[in-house]
Amino acid sequence: MQLYLSDRTLVLEGELNKLTVPIAAKELKATIKQNPVTMIDLSRISMIDSAGVAFLEELQLYLAPKTTLLLIKGASSNVQAVIDTFSSSDSLRITKERKKGYFEEVGEKFINFCQELYSGLTLASEIFYYSGVGLFSRKGQRKGSLTQQATQLGSQALPIVALLSLIVGFIIALQSGVQLQNFGANVFIADLLAITTVREMGPLITAIIVAGRSGSSIAAEIATMQVTEEIDALKMMALNPIRYVVVPKFHAITIVMPILVMFSVLVSEFGGALIAIGLLDIAPETFISRSIAMISIKDIIVSFGKSIWFAWVIVIIGAYYGFQVKGGAEGVGKATTSAVVSSIFGVIVFDAIFSLLYL
Amino acid sequence: MKKQTPIIEIRDLTAKYGETTVLDNISVDIYPQEITVILGVSGCGKTTMLKNMLRLYEPAGGSVRFWDQDILSLDDAAYNEVLKRTGMLFQNGALLNSISVYENISIPLEMHTNLSTEIIDRMIRVKLALVGLSEAIYKYPAELSGGMKKRAALARALALDPHILFCDEPSAGLDPVTSAALDELILDLKKQLQMTIVIVTHELGSIHRIADRIIFLDEGKILFTGNLADAMQAGIPQIDRFFKVGMF
Repeated sequence: MQLYLSDRTLVLEGELNKLTVPIAAKELKATIKQNPVTMIDLSRISMIDSAGVAFLEELQLYLAPKTTLLLIKGASSNVQAVIDTFSSSDSLRITKERKKGYFEEVGEKFINFCQELYSGLTLASEIFYYSGVGLFSRKGQRKGSLTQQATQLGSQALPIVALLSLIVGFIIALQSGVQLQNFGANVFIADLLAITTVREMGPLITAIIVAGRSGSSIAAEIATMQVTEEIDALKMMALNPIRYVVVPKFHAITIVMPILVMFSVLVSEFGGALIAIGLLDIAPETFISRSIAMISIKDIIVSFGKSIWFAWVIVIIGAYYGFQVKGGAEGVGKATTSAVVSSIFGVIVFDAIFSLLYL
Repeated sequence: MKKQTPIIEIRDLTAKYGETTVLDNISVDIYPQEITVILGVSGCGKTTMLKNMLRLYEPAGGSVRFWDQDILSLDDAAYNEVLKRTGMLFQNGALLNSISVYENISIPLEMHTNLSTEIIDRMIRVKLALVGLSEAIYKYPAELSGGMKKRAALARALALDPHILFCDEPSAGLDPVTSAALDELILDLKKQLQMTIVIVTHELGSIHRIADRIIFLDEGKILFTGNLADAMQAGIPQIDRFFKVGMF
């Protein structure tokens, strides 16, 4: 590829394609310098592709301010045909978008946030309303859906909840036991474990597992139904998608979550007890009696209240992202990820609020 | 000739996706016991028109009257009553994937009627026999071919014996033989059950076989409404090109 100036004509010679365009672009300024160009001669171009055509268009834009009249001449019929095919002058005009100002962008984001908040709150209120109505009338729900959902969201989560709770109980007892041992206060491990597992770790660990496991499946299921028009099909069958899809999940998770939390607490205590009894030389009956003595009715109520609230947060956030999905498979993936991240965030925020309210 | 009363009246229907206007103030009537085909090139707004006139998407403006009731201003209960008299066949069937074909068809019957299990069972089998899918009664949607999914979805759409059937691209993705068989089925439904059928398609073969009336959409506007013969004589360049390109 060669490029030189002859009088006021810029002559391009050889192949102008994606391999030679970078070379031509590099040589261009040095060739033209301050000399005026009124014509581009393409008669020596033997081959051109879409990169070459794009280069010619950029060249015209570059030269336009420096010349009053710019002519392109001499392209062979083959070269001209390629230029005509890949010429983008029209599409360039259409696609050039006005750049948004800073305040415009901030304003747009704020409006989008308000709209999302509004639709999230609307969805939450509809879920609460239809779940309330659903307590008295099963209309609009499939037979057996509550049992099916309770099994799916609850009993199938038992093994993972058990395993993680056992490990957490084990770790808490191990870490704090070593410190307490330094002060000869081994026996307080039972008190510490009881308070930590009942008030904090039980509800929190269970909620995080359920958010990862069930929150993602709720979002993915609803998002897929949205993408495959199943939600529209339900509407066309005069069925309310919230009532048909979300309410059974809402009822099921409200029932199973406190059970899962109770199970988690017991397993954590068991894990902690293994350390306390085996490593810190605490008698089993002392461990059990101190643990029971430490837990008040208020602690149990707070723990159950938390578990139910976290369950609702997980279902509502999962349903929200499921219904908001746009696009195909990629949209479903995004909705699932957002649902898990947001529900874990929501659970931790509400846990902090509970901790502040019920010290 | 006696003037027919429309079963659906669409007036000034406007639909938008964000700032883009997809349907621009369209007005048209759909008449009973006819097969009306909404056609046009891809992206002209056919499916959008169907979904907006059924309130599956919220239109930006206008009115859609079914049996003289504006469904856009009806409350949920009244809107659902209108929907119970209609059925819809979605482009990919939209069968609920987690349940069998039998259960898919049973949903509207269980939810909206007080019929006994035996009667519902008999109705499901009849609807499946009607669409020629008796052998797949207990299969799951994932186990069905594209054509079988459409027929199962049609059986579900017919579950409540609708007065109006909407079909979104019923021939899409089907081979010509299966597509022709589906057209025959649709013609039978019209003839035997005096059903009003609204179909969105751009399959020329189907249009020639089944259309009583066509609505030709182009860039969100209606270019023509009337019968197929008149459309081809109307001298509208977009319509001429649409039919000419398809005939090879």
